[in-house]
Amino acid sequence: MAALINVPAKAKRGDIIEIRTLTSHIMETGFRHTADGALVPRNIITGFTCRYNGAEIFRADLFPAIAANPYLSFFTIAKESGKFEFEWIGDNGYSSTASASITVE
Amino acid sequence: MTLWHAIIVAAFVAAAPALLAGEIPPDARRSGYTFMGPDTRAMQDDDTANPGMLFVLDGEALWAKKTGSAGKACADCHGDARGSMKGVAARYPAFDKTLNRPVTLDQRINLCRANHQQTTALPYESRDLLALSAFVSHQSRGVAITAGDDPELKPFVEQGHALFMQREGQLNLACTNCHDDNFNKRLAGAPITQAQPTGYPLYRLEWQTLGSLERRLRSCMTGVRAQAYDYGAPELVALELYLMSRARGLPMETPAVRP
Repeated sequence: MAALINVPAKAKRGDIIEIRTLTSHIMETGFRHTADGALVPRNIITGFTCRYNGAEIFRADLFPAIAANPYLSFFTIAKESGKFEFEWIGDNGYSSTASASITVE
Repeated sequence: MTLWHAIIVAAFVAAAPALLAGEIPPDARRSGYTFMGPDTRAMQDDDTANPGMLFVLDGEALWAKKTGSAGKACADCHGDARGSMKGVAARYPAFDKTLNRPVTLDQRINLCRANHQQTTALPYESRDLLALSAFVSHQSRGVAITAGDDPELKPFVEQGHALFMQREGQLNLACTNCHDDNFNKRLAGAPITQAQPTGYPLYRLEWQTLGSLERRLRSCMTGVRAQAYDYGAPELVALELYLMSRARGLPMETPAVRP
C-alpha cells in the first residue's frame, strides 16, 4: 500500500530529527455492523516498527480506535548516514514496508 | 421586521445592485480552507501529512497501468499527466459534444475506460475512481477555476443555479439559505462555508476517506431530509457545474482536507 515518509535528506551528527509516516489503511474497527446487521470483521494495523541501519529505534502498537490512514510522528538522533526501514503489520497477514535514506555530516 | 432590520436590508440591497439576491460578490468568495482551524490547514498544506496524497499516489500508479481489452494505460494516450492534465480539472464538468450534456471528471474517466480502454466503468466512490480523479485534479493545484465558461453549458449552469436556490426536504432549505446567507456562522460545531468546491475530491476526516463533490452534495441533501439524487444524475452534474462556475477564479487545492 502507498505510504508517505518524511525524513530529512541531510542532517548534522547529533541533530534531533523528526520522522513522519503516513500509510493507507482502512482501520476497520470490528465494532460496526452493515445495514442488514452483519458484523464487519476487524481489519486494522496492529504494529509499526522503525529501524535505523538495522537497529530498532521506534515501535508502536495500534488499536481499533485509531483513525484510518494512521499518521505517526517521532524523533530520533541523527548518528550516521544510512537507511530508515519502516514496517506496518496487521490483521489478515497484512504487511507493508517503506524506507528512506539520510546523509549525516 | 423591525425598522432597524428594514434599514439594514435596504442598505444591503442598495450596496450590491449588480448581483442577484444573496449572491456573494466575486472579491468576497473564499475557499472552504479559510474557514478551517489551524490543525486542518496544516494537515492539508503538508503533502506528507495530507492523507489525500495517498490517493494521488495510487492514482499515479493507475495512470500508468495498462487495462481493458485495448491493453492501453491512460499514459499511452495522455502521456505525462504533469503536462497534459494541468488545468483540466479546473474546467470540469465540461460539455461533451457526443452526449450533448456536461460530464464530470469521474464520468470522463469512465467514458475513456469504455471508449478507449474497452473495459468496465469504475463504480462511483470506489477507491480506484477516486484515486484517478484525485491524481488528475492534483495536476491543477493552484490553477484558477474556469468551469462553465463554454457557452454551450449556459442552460446547464442555469439549471444548477435554479436547483441551488430551490428549497427542498422536510427542513425546507435551499443550498443558498446556508451557503449564501449564513456562511461564517456555525451549524452545531461546524463552520458553514461558502460551498466553493475548490479541493475535490477531498479528504474528510468524518468520512475517513476521500470523497467526491457528489458525495458531499448527497450528504447535504440527506441533511435537509430530502431524497438525494443518484450518483451521476443530471441534477447533481448541473449543481456541480453551477458550484464550479460560482467558484470561478479561485485556485484548485486538490486534495483538500476538511473536518
